[in-house]
Amino acid sequence: MNELEHPTGDPYGAKDGKDLISGITVFPMEPHVPRKADIDPKAAIRAERQVATMFGLSSLMIILFIVAYVKVPANQLITIPVIGTLNANHLAIGFTFGMAILLIGLGAIHWAKKLMPDEEVIQERHALTSTNEERAAVQSSLQRGAAESGFRDRKIIRRSLLGALALFPVPLIVLLRDLGPLPGTRLRETIWDKGIHLVTDATYKKIKASDIPLGGLINAVPENLLEIEHEEHNLNQRGKASIIIVRMDPADIVSQQGETWDYQGILAFSKICTHLGCPTSLYQQRTHHLLCPCHQSTFDLSDSGNVVFGPAARRMPQLAITVDAEGYLIAQSGFNEPVGPSFWERG
Amino acid sequence: MAINKRHPLALFAILFAALGTTGVAYATVNSSTAPKVVASSETQVEQGKQLFLEGCSSCHGLAAQGASDGPSLLGVGAASVDFQVGTGRMPLAAPGVQAMPKMPSYNAEETAALAAYIATLGAGPGIPTAEMLDTTNAELALGGELFRTNCAQCHGASAVGGALSEGRKAPSLMNADAKNLYEAMVSGPQAMPVFADSTLSVEDKQHIIAYVAELQKNESPGGFSLGRQGPVTEGLFIFVVGLGVLIVAAVWIGAKAK
Repeated sequence: MNELEHPTGDPYGAKDGKDLISGITVFPMEPHVPRKADIDPKAAIRAERQVATMFGLSSLMIILFIVAYVKVPANQLITIPVIGTLNANHLAIGFTFGMAILLIGLGAIHWAKKLMPDEEVIQERHALTSTNEERAAVQSSLQRGAAESGFRDRKIIRRSLLGALALFPVPLIVLLRDLGPLPGTRLRETIWDKGIHLVTDATYKKIKASDIPLGGLINAVPENLLEIEHEEHNLNQRGKASIIIVRMDPADIVSQQGETWDYQGILAFSKICTHLGCPTSLYQQRTHHLLCPCHQSTFDLSDSGNVVFGPAARRMPQLAITVDAEGYLIAQSGFNEPVGPSFWERG
Repeated sequence: MAINKRHPLALFAILFAALGTTGVAYATVNSSTAPKVVASSETQVEQGKQLFLEGCSSCHGLAAQGASDGPSLLGVGAASVDFQVGTGRMPLAAPGVQAMPKMPSYNAEETAALAAYIATLGAGPGIPTAEMLDTTNAELALGGELFRTNCAQCHGASAVGGALSEGRKAPSLMNADAKNLYEAMVSGPQAMPVFADSTLSVEDKQHIIAYVAELQKNESPGGFSLGRQGPVTEGLFIFVVGLGVLIVAAVWIGAKAK
């Protein structure tokens, strides 16, 4: 490869991997290959024009942006093949503004690649440590500062300052109290209780046991949820008390969380995933599997709601149900265990 | 340098081809016909029985009592048959976890005959009448609430369907008509639970059907809807295409000029 003369060569560096003075190879580098624009003035002019064109187009785009902002109606829709229907105003101002900044970037890169020097050089680093004289000078000036300010001799100032600084973080610790109050039993309790009717979610109708078909699914809530006003954390209670009711052939039931917690094959389970608390009601009636859409935890409702797949560590809590004198579903009691995801104190 | 041997746009082309292939593979033929409801008669039931014995009994058993390859059809009702056969899900093209909709194998008359025959085997939900499917008085807001409570967990908030476990899926409702929707709710096809008229009233179903019809009309004002699946497809798209474009740009910036 021909060595070309580069007047800009760094006298303290290395060229083509060789130290400029000693000629010893210090770092293997590919030999420099001149670009077209380096040797052909016409190519250089062409590259210069290309860069200037990109910068010029960028300016044009800004003008078009202002025109589009003023002229294109804000609620005009246009249909573009493949992409679909779009708001014309958003498309126009987004495209022009985006192209303006893209063209500046493209021009700058093209300029750097075609015209700016692209020769690779190596330059040695200086040592990072300061000299001994400099270090001694800093040390002595610090000591003089400590003496002249009186920090060393005026003990009462020094001690009161240290005391003030030591107390300064205390308010930050006091403010931690606002993380409370502690949840108490709220994580363990829902508003379900003995004798409370199961009602359909969204329409709040009592549910007759005989109305539920085999393979049926009902998303339900406790009737007393309606008594809690929205301002009094109705949503918090809904988040804990939501259940699903399913009906399967009693012969399909392998096990339950309690004896006779079902009513003629009708089972009620919490709707809140025991993993991270997503609402879980993807019930597949053939397999009796309940799937959580968030992380694919799967519970077998015919077998005590046990986990058969996924990251959930606990079975889905079952609600013991029976019917009242008129045949409407009611709870035998509240949930026997906390619903929803695990928490610190639960162990 | 090795990077120079490839055209800078090659990576982008590969990404584009991969995305295109995925898109084409995803698209499935979805057709449904609406067989006209005919009054059942003895000859119709007889015709249905013949069709059943020829086409269905190998899986569902000679008396529709069910067998290892197919469930019992006693008491599933005419609605179930009309849905499964009318949308081409039955007969199955191949045994599998998911019955896919396709061109129906039976015409409207044959489907009605099959439905009439199955309906004689045990009481079950019938094919919904025109009044049951009338949504002129339906409330969209209530329909939306009912849809989000009962349907959205599987079919998605925008009714485009979603994945279930073990290869099953909840299909998109974008091409389902009112009768399909009603029959599916009342009969609970495949993995879907049953939403009988006794627990989800006829009016509630009308609210839901009206809401789904509204969802079907929804435009995507942002251009590419990416299947309206939410953050998963959008994240995948920006991860593959966005990062792909950035990689191409980085390669171009790093390439030496000639």
